[in-house]
Amino acid sequence: MEYTRNELLICQAARQLEDGEVVFVGIGLPNLACNLARHLHAPDLVLIYESGTVGSVPERVPVSIGDPALVSGALSVCPIFDVFYYYLQAGRIDVGFLQGAQIDRFGNLNTTVIGDYARPKVRLPGSGGACEIAIHANKVLVIAPQSRRSFPEKLDFLTSAGYLDGAGARERLGMPGQGPTVVITDLACFGFEEGEMTLTSLHPGVTEQDVRNNLSWEPRISSELAVTAPPTPEELRLLRDKLDPKRLYL
Amino acid sequence: MSGKLIPMREAVTRFVSDGDSLVIEGFTHLICFAAAHEIIRQKRRDLTLCRMTPDLIYDQMIGAGCARKVIFSWAGNPGAGPLYAFRRAVEQGIPNPIEIEEYTHFGMAARFAAGAARLPFMPMRSEGGSDLPKVNPNLRSVQCPYTGKDLSVVPALNPDIAFIHVQRADVLGNSQVWGVLGVQKEAAFASEKLVVVAEEIVDEELIRSDPNRTLIPGFLVDAVVHEPWGCHPSFAQGYYDRDNDFYVAWRDICKDLEAFERYMNEWVYGVANRSEYVDRMGERLERLRAAPRLCEPVDYGF
Repeated sequence: MEYTRNELLICQAARQLEDGEVVFVGIGLPNLACNLARHLHAPDLVLIYESGTVGSVPERVPVSIGDPALVSGALSVCPIFDVFYYYLQAGRIDVGFLQGAQIDRFGNLNTTVIGDYARPKVRLPGSGGACEIAIHANKVLVIAPQSRRSFPEKLDFLTSAGYLDGAGARERLGMPGQGPTVVITDLACFGFEEGEMTLTSLHPGVTEQDVRNNLSWEPRISSELAVTAPPTPEELRLLRDKLDPKRLYL
Repeated sequence: MSGKLIPMREAVTRFVSDGDSLVIEGFTHLICFAAAHEIIRQKRRDLTLCRMTPDLIYDQMIGAGCARKVIFSWAGNPGAGPLYAFRRAVEQGIPNPIEIEEYTHFGMAARFAAGAARLPFMPMRSEGGSDLPKVNPNLRSVQCPYTGKDLSVVPALNPDIAFIHVQRADVLGNSQVWGVLGVQKEAAFASEKLVVVAEEIVDEELIRSDPNRTLIPGFLVDAVVHEPWGCHPSFAQGYYDRDNDFYVAWRDICKDLEAFERYMNEWVYGVANRSEYVDRMGERLERLRAAPRLCEPVDYGF
């Protein structure tokens, strides 16, 4: 069955989620991944959105993080203060989704600025919740379109911590979360070994050389390099017919 | 009884001065564009704009030349792209250079909470790694007096004036909110002066029938403005939906200086007040009006 690049990314992200986990969800692909998982293998996944909706069951695709459809039917709606103090900081979040304009080999993310901070070439939105999600969520999943520019040797600005300068750095600072566990790009999936991004699977039709051409360092490659499983007909049916019928993000 | 009810024009004239620090909060939900538009019309200048997400509302105020400084944690058009007026000011100093003071969402929520509690600062667990403290000297740490470990802190934020939009209030400003709560309560309690803007003015008796829903008691409130559809293109749960099409359209409007000016001339300078703006919305009103979804009442009996 034919599928789009985003459909593959969403399905691959959904498969990382386990039933019963509490997920800090973002808008766009992470939202679809979480809701796909909820409709398939993880019916008891708890979706928390940054706006303070807890246990959301959106009846339409939310296009903003505070969409009213995230409120209707939710288990709870709490102030933003509670989101960060009582949920995130208190260690109640199992999985956080992050995206970034730049990511380096240690999974550190930049969403702040391209160029110099004081004289930016491009001013990006900034941290939002990302900086502390990266610190506190037990694991972090990253979705990032891959190119040499967006996978540079050195970030222009470190907004959210991955493994900083390598294995052990997070522990030295006392960060409670374990850090990024998976990076899903439009070409491949990466895990982390010794704090460094490690190629674990190539999407169908993609070569190792394609991956090398689209990042700025020589990547570690897993000894068990696989091919990413394509979306199943069931996954595609749910995404297209139920979760995003207008194909806003597919 | 008119209580503290005044028109928006008077609220801005009386409570917003050049050079003030101002917060119009609302996390996606209940963002009071009606207040921002009146501030733009009255040409307030040199404001320090505080908000977690500057959103379209501060993009418009920055582009209109009201801002000297922005204190924020995420400056984008949610789901639709950049805020180009904000970017033009930061990157090119158009229409005037602005200073930025940047936090994380957690940090901004903590700042408002400290401000609301009249504490000098708020501790939070943010164990470093980020470059943000290098560009914002207000991000500091203290030694925890109990464990001896480093603890991140942010300073209290106490804006001069807050405009907080709510679904319903009585004429004394007792205000009820439901749906996404954001940092509305913290911002209201943190500010020196407070204007409540309500979709609906209700009797005090109705407020008293459901006290748990009251976010802000009237004795904190300096003035109440009745402004139906006052949040558009943001939304008010149970009243009208977010105008997502407009948020997408704003991407092109704010990108182009002429389109920005055209928009401001038609929808801000070209109307006298919010009700003229609402009249101009035409069929969009019906498209955005919320379909009811009532909750079960609770029993406050004893």
